[in-house]
Amino acid sequence: MSKITQGAFSFLPDLTDQQIAAQIEYALGNGWAVSLEFTDDPHPRHTYWDMWGIPMFDLRDAAGVMGELKACRAAHPDSYIRLSAFDSTRGWETVRLAFLVHRPKQEARYRLERSEGNGRSQRYSMVRA
Amino acid sequence: MTSVSSLAPPPPAATAITDAKKRYAAGVLKYAQMGYWDADYQPKDTDVLAVFRITPQEGVDPIEAAAAVAGESSTATWTVVWTDRLTACDSYRGKAYRVEPVPGQPGQYFAWVAYDIILFEEGSIANLTASIIGNVFSFKPLKAARLEDMRLPQAYVKTFKGPPTGIVVERERLNCFGRPLLGATVKPKLGLSGKNYGRVVYEALRGGLDFTKDDENINSQPFMHWRDRFLYCMEAVNQASARTGEVKGHYLNITAGTMEEMYRRGELAKELGSVIVMVDLIIGWTAIQSISEWARQNDMILHMHRAGHGTYTRQKTHGISFRVIAKWLRLAGVDHLHCGTAVGKLEGDPMTVQGYYNVCRERFNAVDLPRGLFFEQDWVDIRRVMPVASGGIHAGQMHQLLNLFGDDVVLQFGGGTIGHPMGIEAGAVANRVALEAMVLARNEGRDILAEGPEILRDAAKWCKPLEAALHTWGSVTFDYTSTDTSDFVPTASVA
Repeated sequence: MSKITQGAFSFLPDLTDQQIAAQIEYALGNGWAVSLEFTDDPHPRHTYWDMWGIPMFDLRDAAGVMGELKACRAAHPDSYIRLSAFDSTRGWETVRLAFLVHRPKQEARYRLERSEGNGRSQRYSMVRA
Repeated sequence: MTSVSSLAPPPPAATAITDAKKRYAAGVLKYAQMGYWDADYQPKDTDVLAVFRITPQEGVDPIEAAAAVAGESSTATWTVVWTDRLTACDSYRGKAYRVEPVPGQPGQYFAWVAYDIILFEEGSIANLTASIIGNVFSFKPLKAARLEDMRLPQAYVKTFKGPPTGIVVERERLNCFGRPLLGATVKPKLGLSGKNYGRVVYEALRGGLDFTKDDENINSQPFMHWRDRFLYCMEAVNQASARTGEVKGHYLNITAGTMEEMYRRGELAKELGSVIVMVDLIIGWTAIQSISEWARQNDMILHMHRAGHGTYTRQKTHGISFRVIAKWLRLAGVDHLHCGTAVGKLEGDPMTVQGYYNVCRERFNAVDLPRGLFFEQDWVDIRRVMPVASGGIHAGQMHQLLNLFGDDVVLQFGGGTIGHPMGIEAGAVANRVALEAMVLARNEGRDILAEGPEILRDAAKWCKPLEAALHTWGSVTFDYTSTDTSDFVPTASVA
């Protein structure tokens, strides 16, 4: 198993559309806004993936999100797509649930590049393998 | 609940002497007569409030005992001093204002005390604690005393910076949302060389944990000097991160004999790119606030291991409740705090433990007597502390842990990862799969407390490591009666 394991459910078999829809219902039930983002570079420090539109603040129906996901998959079949649920209540104002909903056929792989530092320390940077 | 003071008219000894000539005549007076008891006192919004559990010696009136607690934790000494009259002394007196018998515990009383905010230096837990617990716990007329809870007024909370990172920013840095974080303490905790130690870190992180952890007594001993440990652990962290595409961390314990040495160790952790460092509670309040300041300056998550707390938090009659320690630590500024598991090997009644979690995580605590919270507490937007559940927990308890503690917690399975029959990586996989399957099911609306074992068995059908974990530990429970329980509900056990 060499795959990117970001997100809440990467250790489970890829979620079916039905399972994804159930998670969207959970997010909407909590009053969270769902959004989609995609990238071909899922480096762990790569924060700003490309947005598939703005978060769907006023959408209250999982079917609508699934329609957007279908369109995003069709446009970016070789990207990672992540679904996030954003909570705007005071003191959170952050993502409360995020998981991958699409992967490319060929998973991204990373390796470490090293250089010598002081006192036997190494400086690491993670680059595409 | 009925108030003691309402059961019978207060004895004359419980009445403050208002005639100044009599009040300040040389000699010994009752504490209540000196003005440390005021049944009519209305606490101000700016007062620091405390509730103590006191066990007066035979024959000592509970109101006088409460007044003595108020006195000895503020201005009083054992005799009258005329120099009080050089001050606005009434404002400096702690005031006991309420006494009630503890339900079902003859001889024990809860005593409420209010302190004016002028008594406390801004931003100093050392000063706060020197007042509140400085003297009174050795006071002879009390057999025992325990600080049960405190209300810190908004005005005082605002003088502290609080957690340097907090739950929200920690998750944003780790890029992990919507599930508890997973960790493990490296075992055996003593004796591994740096190279062998790093192997455990790599296997566990590679397998799916977010964090691994130094134990409280791993510092710099002959078998493993601290620099070795830091170098090998960061090699493991970076390698695991590259293999999984996830941000990983190892709590590098920088606890040392002096602050100078702690800073030195912190600097190397920072230089090597660690996201997190840890310290032990036994370093003391001033050192904690100093290292919190350092963590804030260096974008470092600060993990607090509550080493030693059981010496004063566990027994109900004497000491300090952990909920008070948790409040002080949230003010002092830690990002992670061990708060118990309820289901594992260490002390912890489920509702009492949930009370600690609420202190760490909520913006505002409501009064919640079954969970031990005597006061409302407004945290005034100070950041949230991530609680850590560690000690004798395993994958087979995942539904109970998720049900008790929700998403914002680090679940640490040390033995439950490293002791896995198929190896450390498999142990980590088992825990991560069990966790994700349970979160998925809960979000789908399933009743995980009832269906948990079935959800785990279903996942084990396609995940051999989980099957092996359930086979090895599925029936392990630690079903002992807790010592520190609420006095307001029948004691429950979840195991």
